[in-house]
Amino acid sequence: MNNAELVLLKRKAKEIRKLTIDQIGYLGVGHIGGSLSVVEVLTLLYYRHMRIDPAKPKKRDRDQLILSKGHAGPALYSILADKGYFPKEWLHTLNIGGTNLPSHCDMVRTPGIDMTTGSLGQGISAAIGKALGNKIDGISSYIYVIIGDGESNEGQIWESAMAAAHFKLPQIIAFTDYNKLQIDGYTYDVMDLEDITSKWLSFGWFVQRIDGHDMQAVDRAIVKAKDEKCRPSMIILDTIKGKGAFFAEGVITNHNMVFNYETAVKAIKILDKEE
Amino acid sequence: MALKDMRDIYNETLMEMAENDDRIVVLDADLMSSNGTMPFKERFPGRAFDVGVAEADMVGIAAGLSSVGKIPFAASFCSFAGRKTYDQFFISANYAHLNVKLVGTDPGVTAVFNGGTHMSFEDGGIMRNIPGLIVFEPADGVALRNLVKEAVEHYGSTYMRMHRKGNERFYSENETFKFGKGKVLQDGTDITIIAVGLIMLREAMDASELLKKENISAAVIDMHTVKPVDRKLVLEYARKTGAVVTCENHQVNNYLGSAVAEVLSESYPTLMTRVGVPDKFGEVGDLNYLKERFGLTASNIKGRAIELLRNRDRLRGGQR
Ligand SMILES: Cc1ncc(C[n+]2csc(CCOP(=O)(O)OP(=O)(O)O)c2C)c(N)n1
Ligand SMILES: [Mg+2]
Repeated sequence: MNNAELVLLKRKAKEIRKLTIDQIGYLGVGHIGGSLSVVEVLTLLYYRHMRIDPAKPKKRDRDQLILSKGHAGPALYSILADKGYFPKEWLHTLNIGGTNLPSHCDMVRTPGIDMTTGSLGQGISAAIGKALGNKIDGISSYIYVIIGDGESNEGQIWESAMAAAHFKLPQIIAFTDYNKLQIDGYTYDVMDLEDITSKWLSFGWFVQRIDGHDMQAVDRAIVKAKDEKCRPSMIILDTIKGKGAFFAEGVITNHNMVFNYETAVKAIKILDKEE
Repeated sequence: MALKDMRDIYNETLMEMAENDDRIVVLDADLMSSNGTMPFKERFPGRAFDVGVAEADMVGIAAGLSSVGKIPFAASFCSFAGRKTYDQFFISANYAHLNVKLVGTDPGVTAVFNGGTHMSFEDGGIMRNIPGLIVFEPADGVALRNLVKEAVEHYGSTYMRMHRKGNERFYSENETFKFGKGKVLQDGTDITIIAVGLIMLREAMDASELLKKENISAAVIDMHTVKPVDRKLVLEYARKTGAVVTCENHQVNNYLGSAVAEVLSESYPTLMTRVGVPDKFGEVGDLNYLKERFGLTASNIKGRAIELLRNRDRLRGGQR
């Protein structure tokens, strides 16, 4: 990725971050913390790596993304709206009765969502199924999946970790959003994940660990993961929960926050001033 | 003065009992802050376990604790306590005849903005199929406090469906409760409304007021224990009024409506109607939207009651 490309992608990530703050602020409550920590990786996937066509959201040989930590839906909705999967006006219908944008990702309701999630722990299993099915059909697309660090407490994560390596599925490229927070506090207080790198390595995955907000680093890691020919990939993203929103970043209780629209507007103004 | 949230009463009751009973322990799965048990953990750090986002593990651990004499209260949202831990609860707790107090919170539409994945219309139903299990749903803070104490007194696993945020007031402080003994909140002669849970008991009481304006006298029963259901009370009021409406913040299959229908059809066939969620998944929205969407309102209860009485009168060949 050259410098000009990097600048453009950074600008896009900021736009997505702003749309996400605006979207949740418009409703006044939502999963702001975990939405903001995945903005960079989602931006890189949707604007640089994934082979997709918003006009054909179900195209059989597309790359797919499973947002296993489904409560980060709003970040993904910002991107899908920007890419034209649905009108941008939908963003202000988040969680309103009858909406197509529920707080957790829903493939029945939302164009561009590849898997329904929200009950934590299920995403990598679905990725395995998609990858196996694609293999049967001779399709060589990538299946990306993003899990949370708290989500990694679930036993099913480790069942699927075993299975993806066993079935030799290098087309699965997974990310752990390692923002060190879950609902009840820091991951190392609630349920410690360390040594997370060794855990994934010992399950037979190709593991990289990088700064999840450094877009150059995330890009390189994805490129390397695509080069891997035998093992599924786990890219551990060191991130900050609530990144970029002054009222959320660094606040331990930022999982699901109540904040008004003025606060959202103020946060967006602050982001605009940074460059 | 605003009433305390139901979750805070749950926590207070457990703390109160734990002072004199060191068998009581608390488990959560990264929802300790949501379910109100953080103060318990601060007071009894060695007896409160947050296992992270791992509900199945939580219930298995609770079973182990029970096997060495503890009385574990383990909580998660109804969706996960119910669906996700069913086998662990079934085998490790119930089949093994242990003493695990499983608690599901945010029943039915009260999951609001968490949406369909978190909205459980079926947990009470699947729990009712576990042999010997007590399944209950307190409608206010007084009932909650008393029934949690009942659960401690009772050896054997229980499933409590608990409203989490907010509260209601149906009972006076000194009211007493027993599993399997429903409460007549209001007597009536024309029709019986049997409800379970906080939001539906409120709607049922409001419906009885609406019916009064139509000169229909409705009895209202709080069937806080759905298993075992209070057969005696159901039959007594079926005989007395000859028409029964059930109301539940749950799918109409397999929970309260089904339990009442089973009693009636086997022992005293009576026309009835079930107000509750039809054969549908949950969805996202605010509480008013969702109540309307699934017909969980006083006006729907009233309409269904009037329709039921008309049908009955038609069958009897009479006029109302
Ligand atoms: C099976 C299941 N249990 C509980 C929840 C409730 N819940 C939603 S998010 C969350 C914490 C997740 O933490 P993490 O994966 O670290 O998310 P992030 O920090 O990225 O927001 C919990 C417990 C759920 N959605 N699914
Ligand atoms: Mg986290």
